Amino acid sequence: MSTVERDKAKAGSNGNGKPYKVIGTRPIRHDGVDKVTGRAKYGADIHPTGLIYGVVLRSPHAHAKIKSIDVSKALALPGVRAVVTHKDLREPGDRILELGEGAVNLRELSNNVLAADKVLYKGHAVAAIAADTIHIAEEAAGLIKVDYEILPSVLDVEAAMNSGAPLLHANLFTDELGQKATQPSNVAKHFRFETGEIEKGFAKAKLVIEREFRTATVHQGYIEPHNATALWNADGHITVWTSTQGAFSVRQQVAELVDVPISHVKVIPMEIGGGFGGKIRVYLEPVAAILSKRTGRPVKVLMNRADVFEGTGPTPGSYIRVKLGVDAQGMITAGQAYMAYEAGGYPGSPIGAGAMCIFACYNIPNGRIDGYDVVVNKPQTSAYRAPGATNAAFALETVVDEICTQLKLDPLEFRLKNAAREGTRRVDGPVFPRVGMIESVEAIQSSEHWKTPLTGKNRGRGVASGFWFNCGLKSAVSATVNPDGNVSLVEGSTDIGGSRTGIAMQLAETLGIAAEDVIPTVGDTDSVGYNDITGGSRVTFATGYAAYEAARDIQRQMVGRAAQLWEVDPSQVTCEQGSFIGPEGKKFTFKELAALVNKTGEPVVGRGSVDPEGCGGAFATHVVDVEVDPETGKVQILRYTASQDVGTAIHPSYVEGQIQGGAVQGIGWGLNEEYFYDAQGTMKNATFLDYRIPTCYDLPFIDTIIVEVPNPGHPYGVRGVGEVPIIPPPAALANAIAQAVGVRMTQLPMSPPRVLHEILAKKS
Amino acid sequence: MRDFEYEAPASIAEAVQVLGRHNGAARPLAGGTDLIDQIRVGRHQPGVVVDIKKIPELNVLELSAAGLRLGAAVPCYKVYGDPKISAAYAALADSAQIIGGIQIQSRASIGGNLCNSGPAADSTPSLIALEAIAVIAGPAGKREVAVENFCTGPGKNVLQPGEFLVELKFPARPPHSGSHYRRFIPRNEMDIAVVGVGASVVLDEKGEKFVSARIGLGAVGPIPYFVQEAGQRLAGQPVSEATIEKAAQAARDMARPIDDMRGTKEFRLHVTGVLTRRVIEEAVKRARQ
Repeated sequence: MSTVERDKAKAGSNGNGKPYKVIGTRPIRHDGVDKVTGRAKYGADIHPTGLIYGVVLRSPHAHAKIKSIDVSKALALPGVRAVVTHKDLREPGDRILELGEGAVNLRELSNNVLAADKVLYKGHAVAAIAADTIHIAEEAAGLIKVDYEILPSVLDVEAAMNSGAPLLHANLFTDELGQKATQPSNVAKHFRFETGEIEKGFAKAKLVIEREFRTATVHQGYIEPHNATALWNADGHITVWTSTQGAFSVRQQVAELVDVPISHVKVIPMEIGGGFGGKIRVYLEPVAAILSKRTGRPVKVLMNRADVFEGTGPTPGSYIRVKLGVDAQGMITAGQAYMAYEAGGYPGSPIGAGAMCIFACYNIPNGRIDGYDVVVNKPQTSAYRAPGATNAAFALETVVDEICTQLKLDPLEFRLKNAAREGTRRVDGPVFPRVGMIESVEAIQSSEHWKTPLTGKNRGRGVASGFWFNCGLKSAVSATVNPDGNVSLVEGSTDIGGSRTGIAMQLAETLGIAAEDVIPTVGDTDSVGYNDITGGSRVTFATGYAAYEAARDIQRQMVGRAAQLWEVDPSQVTCEQGSFIGPEGKKFTFKELAALVNKTGEPVVGRGSVDPEGCGGAFATHVVDVEVDPETGKVQILRYTASQDVGTAIHPSYVEGQIQGGAVQGIGWGLNEEYFYDAQGTMKNATFLDYRIPTCYDLPFIDTIIVEVPNPGHPYGVRGVGEVPIIPPPAALANAIAQAVGVRMTQLPMSPPRVLHEILAKKS
Repeated sequence: MRDFEYEAPASIAEAVQVLGRHNGAARPLAGGTDLIDQIRVGRHQPGVVVDIKKIPELNVLELSAAGLRLGAAVPCYKVYGDPKISAAYAALADSAQIIGGIQIQSRASIGGNLCNSGPAADSTPSLIALEAIAVIAGPAGKREVAVENFCTGPGKNVLQPGEFLVELKFPARPPHSGSHYRRFIPRNEMDIAVVGVGASVVLDEKGEKFVSARIGLGAVGPIPYFVQEAGQRLAGQPVSEATIEKAAQAARDMARPIDDMRGTKEFRLHVTGVLTRRVIEEAVKRARQ
């Protein structure tokens, strides 16, 4: 069940005062047939002539110095064509490369792709082999002798911050509120956001609650493992076929790491089997490229699932302390947070975003947030769906719930009273434009779910809210009018969630043609203008904006052509619902004029190239009913409803899909997902058997309520959908568990052993 | 993955010969659902894989007045697909239905599950509860081992080089008996047992007293356990919460769990008691039907 609560008048305000014809409908996605018939080509499906195979050797230790690497035996194995190590990459120096959803230091990126003198986590890539078959390459990997000096490791953010902790980098000095520390440590950065007067705020409070929270390292868990195939041609040009969220970002990273001009790299983005933020930084692409350079053959490198868990970006485990004060009227007077996030082997956790999000749903008159970015001996963290915000919401929304329970306040009324709204200033500074926090809460308030009382033993209902910024960034598309009236659209945003169709629909809406009359293609880096990554919930917003601009460009050209044919001034021609209207009843339908285009002059090609400012933040509120087995601590979800302000739902089915997918990932994070390490820093559960993503048997149907508060910064009011739904689930579940069995969970995941432990502790 | 030779003997004698010839470098293959993956990850690197599915005795599935004969290569789906076997040996059918998904159950055998000797194997506690006997063939002929004595450690068992499991023999089910297997898993599918309990009970005619009972435990020690003490505490006692709780306590006392990625020691000990109680209650319910 889903409902679309559309403000009709507003929804139509950009469509000549009329309701949209294409936007808000549910056409079959353009890539649907290929995907359901198995014809869509993913990264592993590419087989250039002469293909050979690469395998990456990974560190068995969590922290060690590489004293030497002896590849002679591996090279001697028949069928082995090349072995490469860090020395074969360029040393790019300490330069920062912006990847769209987070930045990387190129020296660290290079070291993460192939370790130089030190391995910083188990699974860290050390060398790579190219051989005639994958089996020979695997055997050769076993013949490489790496002499390690094993160092003590530190895996936990709190332990890593202790003064006696093993140091990952001898040259890492904390950026302490802008000052460089004098002693090296594992803390890369400490920053602070502040507003109002925190002590006075707490002094005004009737109730102050302070709690500590810990969350586990979790992985994005995309189904398709990382892959890269590269051909370094004799002319020095490199072609890379890969599964990525950003072909242009891969182009830049590869060019930097293998030291060729950026235009010498062509990245062909294959269909992608999930990314969620984890397919932005490169792992295999530069390795495949240098193996190809050494062998003169195209080289394909694939990860298996253990490689993905151990060698690619999870999202950080964290330690968070939250203190919140409210007055007698239930208004928040002050909020304080101490947040330490694991960055993995190199600096760069999403602590900044986490800190900006933690209080963002509320008006916090007096606030202080201290954020810490901390390196630990775990894989380098990557973006994951609203990076940093889920950890933060788990902490804050649990404290909010406890306050509501203690003061006997309705949790939704509390949120409405304290909600961020137009004009609210976040603790980190920005002032909100028109946003939909209130509407997302009201949607839950008026839902069937909320209005249906929950009965039965050991059952509880929990709510939680969440905020994510969304972002704009650069997008470019081109669109060609065909003689049959269809429009071929070339865009450069790799499609991880049905965005191809959402973008085509915005082009169709603007031109007044059907969604099916647009033929969208995701182009490679040589066939479309520059596009930033698919991430930050930006594609439907920004690439959709580019499609709108391309459509306007086409319209201008078609108006000119109609004027030329009618021998009138272009100002006498107007566009109406896809037709071109001239004086004295003259009229061309889009198709009629399209048929004449190439016969009467130059082809009509529209271009849209944007870097839009006005991206709109999104809010979500979720409600969940659970039943807890008090004898085993197992949590069964009975019912789940997610509401979200999406601005405008272009294709409601994919909006619902994004909300459901995000909620399910949040549920997994909340209940069972975690990196489980032994004392030596080896992940013990690097399989989908023991890294427990929810199965369909663990979930009810996720009901969605699409709330539409149009974003004034977009021609169709789009905000962005994909990230905010992962934020509320862990907190909503914790609050439901508290109501069901009376225990407050402060650690993720809330797995049966943890919940049972709390239940048993409460009894005794 | 290293390449290997494949042989498929058609008789027990031939299989004994083939396994003997390779002197420990060969691994028998039934359904292969464990073995193939273990070869893939390099845990085993056999020179020869000996497919034993072509041997008639290993495909026997026979229910008679004497009991049940289950060939070592019979896939799980045949066990739960037989309504008479499912009714009489319900715990075995419970296990067969939750080992893997439908594809796995179409290949994986109960015999293979036993020979893989995982502490968390879903069928072993049921085999223990149902008094199964392992019939083993080898260079010295056939021998029989009670299932509770089969496993000797994680992945280890009493099979000597050249030996393989031929079949599992179960005694006939007495009247007023019932059995059940249940495991605790964090999700509702796709998981390995964190605790597994198999129970078989025989009640008196009125269904008010336990005549006898056998309890098997999985995933709470290096091998699956036969909790003899639990059966002794139940035998001759009335069916009551208090009696069942005593058996559950015996199970808890025997459990020797560890902390690992699937559960904590504290959790496993507690849930051993909870599951033992729940499983006995269900077995009693079935015995009364």
